[in-house]
Amino acid sequence: MKALLALLLASALVAMAGAKEIKFLNVSYDPTRELYREYNVAFAKYWKAKTGDDVVVQMSHGGSGKQAQSVINGLEADVVTLALAYDIDAISEKANLLPADWQKHLPDHSAPYTSTIVFLVRQGNPKHIHDWDDLVKPDISVITPNPKTSGGARWAFLAAWAYALEKNDNNEAKARDFVARLYKNVPVLDTGARGSTITFVQHEIGDVLLAWENEAHLAIKEFGADQFEIVMPSLSILAEPPVAVVDKNAKRHGTLTAARAYLEHLYSDEGQEIAAKNFYRPRNEKIAAKYAGQFAQLRLVTVDGEFGGWQQAQQKFFGDGGIFDQIYQH
Amino acid sequence: MLRLRQRGVLPGFRLTLGYALLYLSLIVLIPLAATFARASALSPMQFWHDVTTPRVLAAFRLSFGAAFLAALVNLFFGLLVAWVLARYQFWSKRIMDALVDLPFALPTAVAGITLATLYAQNGWIGRWLAPFGIKVAYTQLGVFVALMFIGLPFVVRTVQPVLEDLDLEVEEAAASLGANRWQTFWRVILPTARPALLTGFALAFARGVGEYGSVIFISSNLPGKTEIVPLLIVTKLEQYDYAGATALAVVMLIASFALLLLINLLQWRSSRYYART
Repeated sequence: MKALLALLLASALVAMAGAKEIKFLNVSYDPTRELYREYNVAFAKYWKAKTGDDVVVQMSHGGSGKQAQSVINGLEADVVTLALAYDIDAISEKANLLPADWQKHLPDHSAPYTSTIVFLVRQGNPKHIHDWDDLVKPDISVITPNPKTSGGARWAFLAAWAYALEKNDNNEAKARDFVARLYKNVPVLDTGARGSTITFVQHEIGDVLLAWENEAHLAIKEFGADQFEIVMPSLSILAEPPVAVVDKNAKRHGTLTAARAYLEHLYSDEGQEIAAKNFYRPRNEKIAAKYAGQFAQLRLVTVDGEFGGWQQAQQKFFGDGGIFDQIYQH
Repeated sequence: MLRLRQRGVLPGFRLTLGYALLYLSLIVLIPLAATFARASALSPMQFWHDVTTPRVLAAFRLSFGAAFLAALVNLFFGLLVAWVLARYQFWSKRIMDALVDLPFALPTAVAGITLATLYAQNGWIGRWLAPFGIKVAYTQLGVFVALMFIGLPFVVRTVQPVLEDLDLEVEEAAASLGANRWQTFWRVILPTARPALLTGFALAFARGVGEYGSVIFISSNLPGKTEIVPLLIVTKLEQYDYAGATALAVVMLIASFALLLLINLLQWRSSRYYART
């Protein structure tokens, strides 16, 4: 027994003296699986070359709100990469694990890549769906997740709202009527983006799926361009999925330097290229130009510009008794 | 049977009771107490308001209603399956026996996605039902089907051992005393199996009320129509409304506890009745 203990101790010491292995946890949302699988490998290589240390990044994926919830309740994330700033705000506010001005710590509101909401329709676009107007026609069936449980669905809701406001000279009552008619055409409200994709793609329900741009591309990649096509509406929303170091956790784990570098490297040419390859719109203009072919140009509104930031948007539209709840009250 | 109500001859009653209480507290009571504590952050008015909105009431009706109906159906079909497994020898019996446990073992999300795929309009089963205008996936019927799937093993696994223990001679005795088959079933077999059936029913029901993973995939989750209470709780959590979520949980717990208590009382009475006769 004693000998075994000594052996264990010795081997532990040897391990400590050798190349350092840094382990940290990135808590992310659902559609980023492919992106971070590729990026983690690239970052490990980069960090090894720079410092000689090995980095192992562990991933946790799930709905953005649920993931934030887990971090608040004690999941020891060193880094969070979520679907919307509101969820990281919540971590700062409820658990005080990072400063309230976290969004200023990295360029571009801490969102190294962006995305948007597009329409995925069946091959040949049999119902002639070209813009948001077409979604409220009575014979159209729309698939989108529940905005109360899905980050992506919240972006989609706001995009529809922005379109309706503009179309109706900023008349809120008319915009409300527009989105109410849109959600009347939704036969299934899945809880997350992946659930909706399954409903649309595999169960063949609905004429159009309101999807993350990268999910739409993935669906086409996976199931073939002979089944689905992407339709770009005239206007959509600029989704900015933010990233942040969870300072207090990272400090305690001694991973602060590596975790910061991990997020900063997302802005490098290499990081931006990996994002673009996984159908996220890169911030870097050089890389964006290189991949311009896969990202159609369309007019994008922002949450900060159009809705006064996430805190306000959340309360007005998705809070208890908010506009989304009102739609379903009759 | 009456012996059960005595302390028994083996020593260690206090020790085992103490251990049982400790274990129950750690695993069940403390988390429950935490739930109640969280919900008490709400004022009584607010609590009442939160749990009586039309949307919440509709969800309660669906959750409890579908779980009750599913458990009821499982009571009959579970008994049937248990009977076949206990009484007959046939070549695929072991496979069938193992199949019964599958809903236990299958991750609920997998079960939900599988059922939704089967019953969707283009699914293996759904496409045969569609011409008759019967829709299962994405309706309340779908919720019921998922809960039936989840609940079946509870009934079978509680009833099967009782039926296996039942001597064939008891039935023979009943027959030789002039009972017809129906009387044998109704007056001999059923009373023996009744406590187990009630337990199975209660387990299936309780599981159905709380089921989340499989239901959300086969239900369309439309507020007021096909939304179950656990989903409402998750929705509230997503909004960081902990107190509101626990308020719903508390109502669910109290209702479930009351129903389970009632079933246990019934079961206790029926086993006592059986012991005396």
